[in-house]
Amino acid sequence: MKPRTSGSVVRLAAPLRALAQRFSFLLLVVASIALMMVGKVDPALVDAARSRVTDAFAPILDALSRPAATAARVIESVVDLQSVYEENQRLKAENARLTQWRQAALRLEAENGSLRSLLNYKPDPAASFITARVIAAPGAAFFRTMVVTAGRRDGVRKGQAVLAGAGMVGRVIEVGEWSSRVLLITDINARVPVVLESSRARALLAGDNSDQPKLIYLPPDAVATVGERVVTSGHGGVFPPGIPVGVVASVGERGVKVQPITDLSRLEHLRLVDFGLPGGPGEVDPSRDWK
Amino acid sequence: MTVTLWQRLDKTGRNLAPIAVTVMLLLVGMVPLQIPSYTEVAPALTLMAVYYWAIHRPDLLRPGSAFAIGLLQDLLSGGPLGLNALTLVCVHWTVLTQRRFFLANTFALLWFGFALIVIGAAVLQWAVVCALSASVLPFPAPLFQALLTLALFPVFAWLFIRVHRAFLQG
Repeated sequence: MKPRTSGSVVRLAAPLRALAQRFSFLLLVVASIALMMVGKVDPALVDAARSRVTDAFAPILDALSRPAATAARVIESVVDLQSVYEENQRLKAENARLTQWRQAALRLEAENGSLRSLLNYKPDPAASFITARVIAAPGAAFFRTMVVTAGRRDGVRKGQAVLAGAGMVGRVIEVGEWSSRVLLITDINARVPVVLESSRARALLAGDNSDQPKLIYLPPDAVATVGERVVTSGHGGVFPPGIPVGVVASVGERGVKVQPITDLSRLEHLRLVDFGLPGGPGEVDPSRDWK
Repeated sequence: MTVTLWQRLDKTGRNLAPIAVTVMLLLVGMVPLQIPSYTEVAPALTLMAVYYWAIHRPDLLRPGSAFAIGLLQDLLSGGPLGLNALTLVCVHWTVLTQRRFFLANTFALLWFGFALIVIGAAVLQWAVVCALSASVLPFPAPLFQALLTLALFPVFAWLFIRVHRAFLQG
């Protein structure tokens, strides 16, 4: 821009300033690389700093996310109005079907209860839920995380499973005082031990930053069929067994792709679930190496 | 005395506009928009801001500020720490050292310059993330992100020009 000093000084200062500029550039590049190294070597330190900063910005993000959520809801309600009659018919039919299922479930529950009492079965610990609103979904090509409005003071702990709608969407990776960060199952670092619901083949659901994570370590003789449900297996003790995660979307040369049960692009509220599992999840964290 | 103080405050406030606009865009970029497949191709708003201000008012958005903004973005977005800081510093430096090329007379040239920058930034980020995770990641996602950023550049450039005229040429 405009030179701030007059002629002769500029002639003398220009090379010096250029040198200083180049030096500061190098310094900043080295600083960036050093930060990446710190993130690699001491992820806990970086996580602590990150949750502090996220906490500090949570109120602003919260305020910014409200109009966006409202706009989305208005658009959705207009779209819904057009199909309200068909929707009503469909729901009535579904309700009738579900009432029958409810009867079946109640009967099975009673039967299950009586059989368990015969076997001296130890039930799973009761789960507790924390509901939180999504306030930030950073747009990024290389990772899938979200920030929600619940933190340590609400009882959120690292490693808790995160559910939305019918299925699991991720887990808590960072906890601040009143905000926390969720790693979605589509993130390249996410790994969930799963089992195919009907064939009972075990596998690991691995995100690859696409909309559909893939199954890895599926036994070679296992046959996955399109449409089969994928549920958590409970191995590793981080998540309890039986939470639906997705549906097999395609089986091909490039592996088995799974479509998450919940639409991950339209998450508004999440349920962070404390299953009270022994051995506390979150201590072992092999899947996140650079965070 | 009071007048000069107010004038100085006013000037400082105006001079903060480039940084303020960039930080604002950073936060706006975090808003969950609930559009399918949006987050993976969300435009890099801070990149646009740093590009524009590095060309037009490098004295008001210094490399240090670019670094700090990138660092804040890294901390808030949950990505590898230092990734955006490195990108923004490199963009700032490239623009500053080749300013004669980027300080274009027409908007088309400004846009063309941005195309080079945004592709370069995508390749840099991709290379860094690949190196950090020690694996080759698919390139399409950052490429689409770069293309969307490029396509939306005129909208935000218009915003920057408005801010530039309103606050810095009064």
